[in-house]
Amino acid sequence: MRYNTAYAKLIKKDEIAENIFDFVLECPPLAEKSRAGQFAHIAVPGKTLRRPISICDADDKNIRIVFQIKGEGTEILSQSKVGDFIDILAPLGHGFNIPKEKRIAFVGGGIGVPPMLFSAKQADDAVAVLGFRNKNAVILTEDFKKVCSEVLVATDDGSFGMHGFTSDILRNIIDDTDMVCACGPTPMLRVIAEICKENNKPCQVSLEERMGCGIGACLVCACKTLDKDGNIEHSHVCKKGPVYNAEEVVW
Amino acid sequence: MADLKVNIAGVEFNNPIIAASGTFGFGREYSEFYPLSVMGGISCKGITLKERLGNPAPRIAETPSGILNAVGLQNPGVEHFINEDLGWLKQQGTVVIANIAGNTYEEYCSMAEKLSDTDVDMIELNISCPNVKSGGVQFGTSCESVGAITKAVRKYCKKPLIIKLSPNVTDIVSIAKAAEAEGADALSLINTLTGMRIDINTRRPIIKNNTGGLSGPAVFPVAVRMVYQTAQAVKIPVIGMGGISSWKDAVEMMIAGASALQIGTVLFKDPYAPIKITEGMNKFLDENGIASVTELTNTIKVW
Repeated sequence: MRYNTAYAKLIKKDEIAENIFDFVLECPPLAEKSRAGQFAHIAVPGKTLRRPISICDADDKNIRIVFQIKGEGTEILSQSKVGDFIDILAPLGHGFNIPKEKRIAFVGGGIGVPPMLFSAKQADDAVAVLGFRNKNAVILTEDFKKVCSEVLVATDDGSFGMHGFTSDILRNIIDDTDMVCACGPTPMLRVIAEICKENNKPCQVSLEERMGCGIGACLVCACKTLDKDGNIEHSHVCKKGPVYNAEEVVW
Repeated sequence: MADLKVNIAGVEFNNPIIAASGTFGFGREYSEFYPLSVMGGISCKGITLKERLGNPAPRIAETPSGILNAVGLQNPGVEHFINEDLGWLKQQGTVVIANIAGNTYEEYCSMAEKLSDTDVDMIELNISCPNVKSGGVQFGTSCESVGAITKAVRKYCKKPLIIKLSPNVTDIVSIAKAAEAEGADALSLINTLTGMRIDINTRRPIIKNNTGGLSGPAVFPVAVRMVYQTAQAVKIPVIGMGGISSWKDAVEMMIAGASALQIGTVLFKDPYAPIKITEGMNKFLDENGIASVTELTNTIKVW
């Protein structure tokens, strides 16, 4: 069977920035199947729907997730204690396709940064381009330094790294980049995709949409994309995505 | 081990648990969790004569003990269903119900005619989808229109015909009777209740369609009441649905009058719910010395 749920044991928990939590979940059978860019669908006590959260990192035993409190569900999840068992359905969706022997820029904006860590680890030459609101929201830079040849950070207010946006950094390095992988707010992704198109560089983007079943049955997480014949379709972020080639996306 | 088999309009189900239309696609995704033979049946995603793209996202919002959805009948069309999905579904060892929706009488009749020439086991007439501008629910909210669409489709439908009723009506009983009088073989209810949520910061509805259909445990008491009222008033079997989340809910809905059940929203949190519900029902029946699940139907003792 392709899909499995498990009760994963929370073995490590940190609040790494205000309202941003870093969980390590022990669940060997699901962890070893996880690939960069895929997500976990997490059940929260008292809530009707699971919460889709991108996989920040995984090895043979553990899945690491980094998430922000955005509503009641993520707030309840954030109150889990080390030793608790958490009901997860993972891994889901299609992740990033990361070719060998390429210099790849991994662009993350805000809470779109975590999945880029797992992705950057797969590349032979990774450059991290990370954007945050301000210095208090900066996360995971030390983790990226371990797996990237360069880590370039921008903040909206200039309180950490460069004053500006990930797109400003990408424009500076695009000539030396073979490929771009990105996750973050849609306006950011749109600009990143434009830069790649102008410079004729392949670009993959990870999209987000309000989700139901997480496996492509309920059809709620629709996004406008092009099918293989170039016709507009509503594909589903949970199954065809969350990672798309940027040229497939109808912005 | 109690007998969980039920019979609806001459069609035998291995157990009373049917996947509700729109929550289970055409079965392929959930077949990656367990063999679909664990299901009594599958009511497939609502299909239309031609492919539909559906509504723009967001299509879902969570509510206290429920969800609102407005998918807008995204589907690949009846021909695609017949050619690409039905053959595979029929090999899965479960009852296959085609759920059809249309904009006109002609569309409903044309689909019923096409499907009557296939191996599909039953047809469920969706006249209760709250999320499309035309079609669907405008047929489902008056006795005259429910009677007329049932009569029209009946002429072309050679399969057992289920009419799926909307709860967004003032008198469910008279509508149920209208469907029965014009030849429905069974009724299924309730479809979703029209609802709305608004983001207080943007003042925009969370769902792009503005309104959506409410489902999940929040609607369960409404569904129990409507199934009860309907089952008291008609002779044809009633398939109960609306917020069933546990085997206890399933037993309760059958006591209220249901001969079979559909489950939907619960799958999104627990894909294994159909297995847990049938196992729980079986245990309840054994513990209470009840030989067949059919003995539960309509056994409510009202005050």
